Amino acid sequence: MQRTTTIGRIVRWILLLLVGLFFLFPIFWVLLMSFQTNAQILRIPPSLFFEPTLENYAALISGRLETAAGTLEISFMRNLWNSVILSSSSVLLALVLGVPAAYAFARFRFRLGEDIAFTLLSFRFAPPLLVLLPLALYFQTIGLNDTYIGLIWVYQLIVLPLILWIVRGYFEDISPDIEHAYRVDGHSWIRTFTRIAIPLARPGIAAAALLAFIFAWNNFIFALILASADKQPVTVGALAFVTASGIQYGQIAAAVVLSVTPTLLLALYAQRYLVEGLSLGAVKG
Amino acid sequence: MSYLTLDGVKKSFRKEEVLSGVSLGVERGETVVVFGTSGAGKTVLLRLIAGMYEPDEGDIRIGSESVVGVGPEARDVGMAFQNFALYPHMPAFENIASPLRARRRPEDEIRRRVHRIAGLLRIDHVLHHLPRALSNGQKQRTALARSLVSGPSVLLLDDPLRNVDAKLRYEMRLELPRVLRDFEATVIYVTQDYKEAMALGDRIAVLIDGRFAQVAPPAAIYREPASMAIARLFGDPTINLYPCRPSANGEGVGVELFGSRFALPPACEEAAGRDCLIGLRPEHLQIGMERSEGAVPVELDAVTPLNVRAVLLLKTQAGEEVLASCSEADALRFPRGHRAVWARPAMETALLFDRESGERIGPRRH
Repeated sequence: MQRTTTIGRIVRWILLLLVGLFFLFPIFWVLLMSFQTNAQILRIPPSLFFEPTLENYAALISGRLETAAGTLEISFMRNLWNSVILSSSSVLLALVLGVPAAYAFARFRFRLGEDIAFTLLSFRFAPPLLVLLPLALYFQTIGLNDTYIGLIWVYQLIVLPLILWIVRGYFEDISPDIEHAYRVDGHSWIRTFTRIAIPLARPGIAAAALLAFIFAWNNFIFALILASADKQPVTVGALAFVTASGIQYGQIAAAVVLSVTPTLLLALYAQRYLVEGLSLGAVKG
Repeated sequence: MSYLTLDGVKKSFRKEEVLSGVSLGVERGETVVVFGTSGAGKTVLLRLIAGMYEPDEGDIRIGSESVVGVGPEARDVGMAFQNFALYPHMPAFENIASPLRARRRPEDEIRRRVHRIAGLLRIDHVLHHLPRALSNGQKQRTALARSLVSGPSVLLLDDPLRNVDAKLRYEMRLELPRVLRDFEATVIYVTQDYKEAMALGDRIAVLIDGRFAQVAPPAAIYREPASMAIARLFGDPTINLYPCRPSANGEGVGVELFGSRFALPPACEEAAGRDCLIGLRPEHLQIGMERSEGAVPVELDAVTPLNVRAVLLLKTQAGEEVLASCSEADALRFPRGHRAVWARPAMETALLFDRESGERIGPRRH
């Protein structure tokens, strides 16, 4: 009995290790690359042993890229900052708009309700380029081209449906009787929404917000078309590393590490809300 | 003048009529039990009074004011839900305090009133627990405390004892009338347990097919049910029902039953010549080992002891099954196994129902 469990445990560890290696190795490799010079990276065969260098990070933070062809100005830190502004503002706006809307879709049956909800979801079906090219022309006319507001607006196409549909499901899972009870107690519907519905849907709102943030952070095409260099997020900014004198792998790796860090930290922080149970024993089991 | 008035209230959901014209008046301080099988529309009725739904037709008045169109928060009602509906993210204290907080009472008054009601319901030791840490009985008491704490003018209790264990249910059945009297509340209590209805109600309103089939004090519902359907809902074991056709002869109205002719009380004259069902409550059959006046021979099939009373399954010579009940002590006189015994129905307690409509036609109502 003891033997089989030991073997079982070993097998399980090996399998877990394989899966972990498969998914985490590229990230690990990128981390190593970010401390190597381009020459060390491109050497054959590749080696795990090298003299670590911080010059990639230094180049990114100072904004001066030294290549064989000369010095190149890059605005990586500005791109990173743009990413933070664009993603967090988009998610905040989408929460303000989407959470009440999700509640309405979850609780009330109104004319065209399902159609509206589905239309919002359908924004995600169309290839972005389909809407982007006409949108770029409109934006140029109305002066929203190359502005944060314009980009945040367009980002709603990604984050709003996501938040709306995820949070709606969480609202639907809350027993309406809990809200009814609160209103019978004498509280207005708006207080019921803020004191009962939102706290109970908080794990769902946190999950949706995190997911929306990651989607917004990883977006590439919107800013590529609708913004110029000083408004572009890291995803677009990374194109600058493809230079005339070759691809700067070291800097790309360092950029990837830096740009992954905020989302990673956010995910770790939000984790405790995600695992928090939704059904807390309010109604009989 | 009733304090809570329902006037021809109708409610449908997706074309299915749940309540078809319900009227009821409840006096101040009175407890009316709404009794019906599941799906009869009892909960819908409570929700209409609480303001979660609005009636399609008819009026609901609390005091003398119509509350139709008034939000639940402005109706001054308290409600205990069948599924408790506690706020999972608040400790029991805050759950109970919620109606007082909505009324913006000062903090020391809130603390005093919550502790008073919690003491009364014996949950004062768990006030700092979250609902998930409470037992079902404690959850139920917390929900009850929440509905009572602000002293609402109308208290709606939706089968609050449904989800608690049998022992607690029995205790609460004894305790609730006292608590309700303390609060002088006007109470609508919904249940599908006829014993609970009989124990708690000043009056019972029997909801069948979206209408009140009868509204009367418990004893009257039991002794003089308005229809066969009501007679069957009240009483355990259920009432015995047999088709019959009462007829008049020189001695008055009588009925042919179990192969004998029985005289009916004078109040049953109207039933003469009509197709009827005669209803005999199990406890109104006297079973004996010896032949006696007015007894018919039956076969005793089984004795089921139920602690206080025993239920006897009998079979008449024509093969009709009859349920009778007697005290446990009496039941001990019957030996085990099938046995010929004599059954004497107490015809003065018999009920006659029209076979078509199920309406009671005898004895006449006073």
